Amino acid sequence: MAARTFTINDQLISAREGETILQAAREHGIFIPTLCYLDGVSAVGACRLCLVEIEGSRMLRPACVTPVVEEMVVRTDTERLREYRRMIIELLFAERNHICAVCVANGHCELQDLAIAVGMDHVRFDYAFPRCDVDISHPLFGIDHNRCVLCTRCVRVCDEVEGVHTWDVAGRGADARVITDMRQPWGEARTCTSCGKCVLACPTGAIFRRGATVGEMERDRNKIAYIVAAREQRW
Amino acid sequence: MERLRLATIWLGGCSGCHMSFLDLDEWLFELAQHIDLVYSPLADVKEYPEHVDVALVEGAVANEDNLHLIRQVRERTRLLVAFGDCAVTGNVTALRNPLGAPEALLHTIYVERAEIAGRMPHAPGIVPRLLDKVYPVHKIVPVDVYLPGCPPPAPRIRALLEQIIAGGDIRLTGRDMIKFG
Repeated sequence: MAARTFTINDQLISAREGETILQAAREHGIFIPTLCYLDGVSAVGACRLCLVEIEGSRMLRPACVTPVVEEMVVRTDTERLREYRRMIIELLFAERNHICAVCVANGHCELQDLAIAVGMDHVRFDYAFPRCDVDISHPLFGIDHNRCVLCTRCVRVCDEVEGVHTWDVAGRGADARVITDMRQPWGEARTCTSCGKCVLACPTGAIFRRGATVGEMERDRNKIAYIVAAREQRW
Repeated sequence: MERLRLATIWLGGCSGCHMSFLDLDEWLFELAQHIDLVYSPLADVKEYPEHVDVALVEGAVANEDNLHLIRQVRERTRLLVAFGDCAVTGNVTALRNPLGAPEALLHTIYVERAEIAGRMPHAPGIVPRLLDKVYPVHKIVPVDVYLPGCPPPAPRIRALLEQIIAGGDIRLTGRDMIKFG
């Protein structure tokens, strides 16, 4: 496979053809923040946290879905990008009711970690305080829409890895919600195999194991990539 | 060296941030060398004084008393610190916000769900009226420093106070200083 040479933050980088900027950056230990990206499932470029600047292009590009091009000059950590990333995180916090203090994922949450990484000490936007449901009709798992960031990791892992597509997204804008089957209670969703991959994939405390209390919801997200890799090698 | 005039305020919060402040333990003796505590729920002072250097404000703005006090605090204070998650985000105090107007909530809690003799709480001049919504402090008055945490752990409070005592720019970054929850 052909090699591609390009620069990230003045560092000369060699990548394989077809690799994305994010993959190449990670292989060289360059940190680009991500939220919707998950190893093992397809990248959708939804959260916009991995936006990078490419010289000669006025548009910012999501690193997770942009393939590297020979001699491309990429910047991942400019003042403008830092400001946008902090804004994105603040908007996510303002959009739903994220109360870290009473969340099952407190201390193990990717949104919380990102807030620290972007230096968010407060939210400058008005909180929306939307009314959101909590569905605990499933015997093992629950979904708390107050904590959902609509990253669609659950949708992708359910469709692409488990292959049942129980999860999807319904509604538009502020009314958008992840749903199970035809917007039925999760416990009545006949397609759900209760495999728990969505529980592993969720970056926040939105999807949780029932019975977990504050700070108890730890998960090993690498398991998704592990399952995918194991399957690819066998087939 | 001039002693700092320090105040601590308790708005709509559980006093956990004040408990965490007391967790500074023996460092409180060190702190006492540098400050005068001019107003606090831990001190018997009725009126918020003039010319306060630093105010640690715990809690969100939830009722009319909170609103009145925080405006007074802002007017009379040089450096206002939003102290803990309720002050910074609304946090647990703001859990009522998605549920609608306070009257309806109070009715549900004190009348519909009451086991005996339910009635609406009404004591003008004693129990302050709830605001339509619970607000983080910076939505009501300008805030100079944000110290997240539920509560902020004592070492975090100490690190901030040490920066304030040392003078110069205040810089809070990283998990130890700005993790919520």
